[in-house]
Amino acid sequence: MGFAHAVGGTRYLFPDLRTLLARATPLRSGDVLAGLAAETAQERVAAQRALADLPLRHFLNEAVISYEADEVTRLILDRHDAAAFAPVAHLTVGGFRDWLLAAEPAALAALRPGLTPEMAAGVSKIMRLQDLVAVAARCRVTSRFRNTLGLPGRLSIRLQPNDPVDDPRGVAAAILDGLLLGAGDAVIGVNPATDNLETTLRLLDLLDAVRDRYAIPTQSCVLAHVTTSLLAMERGAPVDLVFQSIGGTEGVNRSFGVSLALLREAREAALALGRGTVGTDCMYFETGQGSALSAEAHHGCDQQTLEARAYAVAREFSPLLVNSVVGFIGPEYLFDGKQITRAGLEDHFCGKLLGLPMGVDVCYTNHAEADQDDMDALLTLLGVAGVTYVMGVPGADDVMLAYQSTSFHDGLYLRAALGRKPAPEFEEWMERMGIEAASGAGRLPLAPALIGLG
Amino acid sequence: MSVPVPWAELRRFTSARVALGRAGHGLPTAAHLDFQEAHARARDAVHSALDLDALEAALGQPAIRVASQAADRRTYLLRPDLGRRLRQADRARLPPTPGAFLFVLADGLCAIGVQQQAPALIAAARPLLEAAGLALASIVIASQARVALGDEIGEAMGAAMVAVLIGERPGLSATDSLGLYLTLGPKRGRTDAERNCISNIRPGGLAPEAAAEKLLWLAGAARRLGATGVALKDEQPNAPRLAP
Repeated sequence: MGFAHAVGGTRYLFPDLRTLLARATPLRSGDVLAGLAAETAQERVAAQRALADLPLRHFLNEAVISYEADEVTRLILDRHDAAAFAPVAHLTVGGFRDWLLAAEPAALAALRPGLTPEMAAGVSKIMRLQDLVAVAARCRVTSRFRNTLGLPGRLSIRLQPNDPVDDPRGVAAAILDGLLLGAGDAVIGVNPATDNLETTLRLLDLLDAVRDRYAIPTQSCVLAHVTTSLLAMERGAPVDLVFQSIGGTEGVNRSFGVSLALLREAREAALALGRGTVGTDCMYFETGQGSALSAEAHHGCDQQTLEARAYAVAREFSPLLVNSVVGFIGPEYLFDGKQITRAGLEDHFCGKLLGLPMGVDVCYTNHAEADQDDMDALLTLLGVAGVTYVMGVPGADDVMLAYQSTSFHDGLYLRAALGRKPAPEFEEWMERMGIEAASGAGRLPLAPALIGLG
Repeated sequence: MSVPVPWAELRRFTSARVALGRAGHGLPTAAHLDFQEAHARARDAVHSALDLDALEAALGQPAIRVASQAADRRTYLLRPDLGRRLRQADRARLPPTPGAFLFVLADGLCAIGVQQQAPALIAAARPLLEAAGLALASIVIASQARVALGDEIGEAMGAAMVAVLIGERPGLSATDSLGLYLTLGPKRGRTDAERNCISNIRPGGLAPEAAAEKLLWLAGAARRLGATGVALKDEQPNAPRLAP
């Protein structure tokens, strides 16, 4: 069946759900590149009106990618909880937006298993930025490994100490800089320059030693491919979190070299290590709009709907951390600061609504029409929206990945501006070590020599 | 007031922007403007254009000038597919040179890299390749070009192998970096998995002479193996030297 709506004397037709969702999506370059975007502003609003009139339960009857063709679709529909869906089952997408804007945290939390990612994506397409912020701020999601992330009034930082050649002293220096500026409670997580087992083992040992020497209540991660982490665990390496990039279709996951079965195997291996002290959430996923089109595995779906489907993959594995790397992919998918800002807030909203401990890598590349002012605006909006964590990179300049993310200073700014604290266990550790008190001159509260920086 | 940084000694361990100090919770003015300057340099580098006459002069020989179907920089950034296709009128300007080794110089995301590094690389590589018995085709310079444009150019000329020398995406620390992508049997539809890459060719990175030796090794291995890409592992003995 198709959908139709008239605007300005023209009747616009949308042959199926995925086309309706694509045409209703606020403008972004990736959907134009894919040939899926609305051709005019009026066609877009016609699609948004048709989408608003659509009964929410229609999403259970029409898959955007067929059940037979795609294991992510099967996961979404097989896991759907009809009882949890009941409170909104009678609503249209437009009625659901109104319901969300008035919903209390407990009702939002109870709804999670009843929502599909396509429902979350659909309603986000008829929401303004303030709607995305307001609803996400009432979605409470906590996750635990060696500390507790996502509590109200908290904001955590991933310390990202990347080095162009995986030099252990370079990584250690960036870690110390970050710790002294209050970063690292989400995770101390390194992107290795090469996905090589020996490098991964060396970095895992380094991160574990730093954590141990300073007795930091946090977790570490080397963001290698899941198969590399599996090999590292076989070798007895200290793996806290297993990382993987994921997407919203079976095909894009295949292009990343993963499947649901492989992710399950990796999670079970990490669980068996029993390294968490206050919880067992041991997976870390990264996502980003546009990855499926880039892998030619988008099945005619818009990039934001597919991004939301990646969150169905993530929530299957009870992750400690999930973040969209929103501006990394480049201007052919998100052209400028405006598109990056909207996408970052959509991703955070959809992730939180579906129950994920959602962070965002607020970032851009040098060929995108964006700058530090755009990042400040998105960072501040995400803080108001209750983002679980953001990145901390020395001086916002990732010297390995050659893109700009948020800095340790940005984390300090956001916590101060919004009155947010680090994760409670980490906050207590910072106080014990005298880190904030030592921000002036004098003796360092963390001795560099302890981590090989003599 | 910004305060002194008690851990400034960390700077000697890394090129990352550590120990910047603090003004309140923010960056001190000098560190903030250092960043703005680096970003400004990178932004301007994205929009840099090839100086074709100067490039030909540096190469010491005339080159064939072509362009992609991306008419301007904005189109180039938004439509990578057009940057991979040859402007229709330019196809007739490509002379058939069956079986030759072809260099394509492409502006990519930053023309500075190819403008500054490509002539020295070709000067170093040409005698090595000729000594190995490879016939070199006329050099092609392509504007608003992505890597895969070399496939269509190579196919039109009947080249046995194409090396695309392309400006790499500028970072805050380097805006003059050149990448090289080698593809055996270039034709439209080749994927990135069918290429071998040599990256970070620039002062402070890989020296042109070292890149030329690596190219020679890869070209020889590609001929023996009958393939470039994931099937061809870089097992060149002796690690490449860093430029002084």
